[in-house]
Amino acid sequence: MKVHEYQAKQILARYGVAIPRGRVITSPADADAVAREFGGRAVVKAQVHAGGRGKAGGVKLAKSPEEAVQAASQILGMTLISKQTGPEGKIVNKVLVEEALDIARELYLGVVLDRAAGLPVMMASKFGGMEIEEVAAEHPEAILKEHFDPVSGMQAFQARKLGFALDLHGATLKKFLGFVTALARAYNETDASLAEINPLLITGQGDVLALDAKMNFDDNALSRHPEIAEMRDLEEEDPFEVEASKFDLNYIKLDGSIGCMVNGAGLAMATMDIIKHHGGAPANFLDVGGGASQERVEQAFRILLSDPAVKAVLINIFGGIVRCDMLAAGVVAAAKNLNVAVPIVVRLEGTNVEEGRRILAESGLRLQPAATMAEAAAKVVAAVR
Amino acid sequence: MAIWVDKKTKVVVQGLTGKEGQFHAAKCREYGTKIVGGVTPGKGGTAVDGVPVFNTVAEARTATGCNASLIFVPPLLAADAVLEAADAGIELIVCITEGIPARDEVLVRERMASTGARLIGPNCPGIISPGKAKLGIMPAHIHTPGTIGVVSRSGTLTYEAVDQLTKLGFGQSTCIGIGGDPVPGTNFVDVLQAFSKDRTTEGVVMIGEIGGTAEEDAAAWVKAHMKKPVVAFIAGQTAPPGRRMGHAGAIISGGKGTAREKMEALVAAGIHVAVSPADIGITMARALGRA
Repeated sequence: MKVHEYQAKQILARYGVAIPRGRVITSPADADAVAREFGGRAVVKAQVHAGGRGKAGGVKLAKSPEEAVQAASQILGMTLISKQTGPEGKIVNKVLVEEALDIARELYLGVVLDRAAGLPVMMASKFGGMEIEEVAAEHPEAILKEHFDPVSGMQAFQARKLGFALDLHGATLKKFLGFVTALARAYNETDASLAEINPLLITGQGDVLALDAKMNFDDNALSRHPEIAEMRDLEEEDPFEVEASKFDLNYIKLDGSIGCMVNGAGLAMATMDIIKHHGGAPANFLDVGGGASQERVEQAFRILLSDPAVKAVLINIFGGIVRCDMLAAGVVAAAKNLNVAVPIVVRLEGTNVEEGRRILAESGLRLQPAATMAEAAAKVVAAVR
Repeated sequence: MAIWVDKKTKVVVQGLTGKEGQFHAAKCREYGTKIVGGVTPGKGGTAVDGVPVFNTVAEARTATGCNASLIFVPPLLAADAVLEAADAGIELIVCITEGIPARDEVLVRERMASTGARLIGPNCPGIISPGKAKLGIMPAHIHTPGTIGVVSRSGTLTYEAVDQLTKLGFGQSTCIGIGGDPVPGTNFVDVLQAFSKDRTTEGVVMIGEIGGTAEEDAAAWVKAHMKKPVVAFIAGQTAPPGRRMGHAGAIISGGKGTAREKMEALVAAGIHVAVSPADIGITMARALGRA
């Protein structure tokens, strides 16, 4: 799960990570009082779940309360289009108004799970403000890495290694050590999957603060953190995906025209791949899961068909735990309720397949059966042409 | 021969009294697997379908001599269950549970390192040596005894591959799902090493997917050590970056972990890569010169 910058900063602050003073507002007029509180100067930042906000006009420096109001009115309600939002962009409903700090240096700090090592890793670099992927491509030697234990956390010597390598000294180094340790602890204790401070700000006075902050959380652990789960912002998510998540369905909207319903994530990806291989484009990824009930199959089918981009549907099921007869009954029930107008190709295999095929054949629905994945893909691609 | 499980494997099922545990344990038994006990804390002394239930894995091990465990406990309790099995001296632990927090998996990996136990999974279909033993949830009827080893990060896509092999007349020595999570207990290289040494296994089908570098690591190992033909398929060739494709581990992050990178690494290692998932079986037939 993703959260907004202001939410990430709230969470980090609880662990002792230093953040700038700031307030979230939804009405431009409120920027006036906030900017005055910070001595007149302020930075106004769009709160959307996407990076690249600065280049897209979603971050503005205001030198007076009047400018802050003006900036807030420009950003609030705008459709922010960046590399990460896609061409349709995202509407800005909230802005974070923060104190404007003087910038001496901009560094980078980020924590992710290093899958190869099986441990979280703290990455640091002098190239703050650049995307870490770019730094990795251009200056791989400039990324410092320290793996740490999820229980005992980051050790003091590890933080020192990073601090000295970043050329930090004296009181600033001391503040940095506290910052890194707190960031590692926040990552561990919240079951985060990403905690990124980019840039990490060193002010002219030698203070160390998170100028920007991004946190993602492990969906599998959200039940342990109800206060974080509450921060989910449904307006930032695709409406089809929100609907699917209510039924525990793994659904991801894509931009093609062939709706897919598959059991199992690997087979669902492979089904998308074979559609592409035959010259079509998938409209979605949809895994109905290993233990799908008839109701879940019905809901999955309904969500799939509610997408107007879907011109044909491919159902590919390899019954293991999910029985083909149960799945077929779900599809038939859903199709009868929904007045299906698009062609549907069905490939069933595995447990109780004969019974499943019989249910589909006797349903009176116009379904095109297919014996193999290749045949199914060829038929569904032909159907949208 | 086969790897890791056979007719002698004695299995305890953690979570036997739950709906999933009971259902799948019965299917494994039907297949001929020796299910010697179950473990559910607080239900020791009872029985499920005639199988005795114990309060702890240690008790079950003393009473039955079990050397493998099959785990069906809920996600937030699963890490504890794995560690309990390892602590009791169980050699092979197969964890089916999906949805375990990544942090718990990191802890399990760290703490198991000193025990010598092998963990398969989590979030996997398990392991089957056709005709000998099944510790998992895969549909038994698509498998047939033979000489092809199968290792996969997926569940149903593995069934698809096995089905293709069986229909082309290629039976399997052992099929292993290593699971779709970011920190699996067993990785491709572990399984490839075992298949390489197994005298029955003639060739290996490896099914990977986007995310991480496990396939690249496997490619490097194959290039350096493997003498048997390896066929691979990578799922997610059309997956968008930054999105988790169902499996917690299936995500292209920072432009890394794409199917294309993985396929290139596999081809460079001399592995036969099937571009279409429909061609996994036939690619193995060609690799063995029996198409």
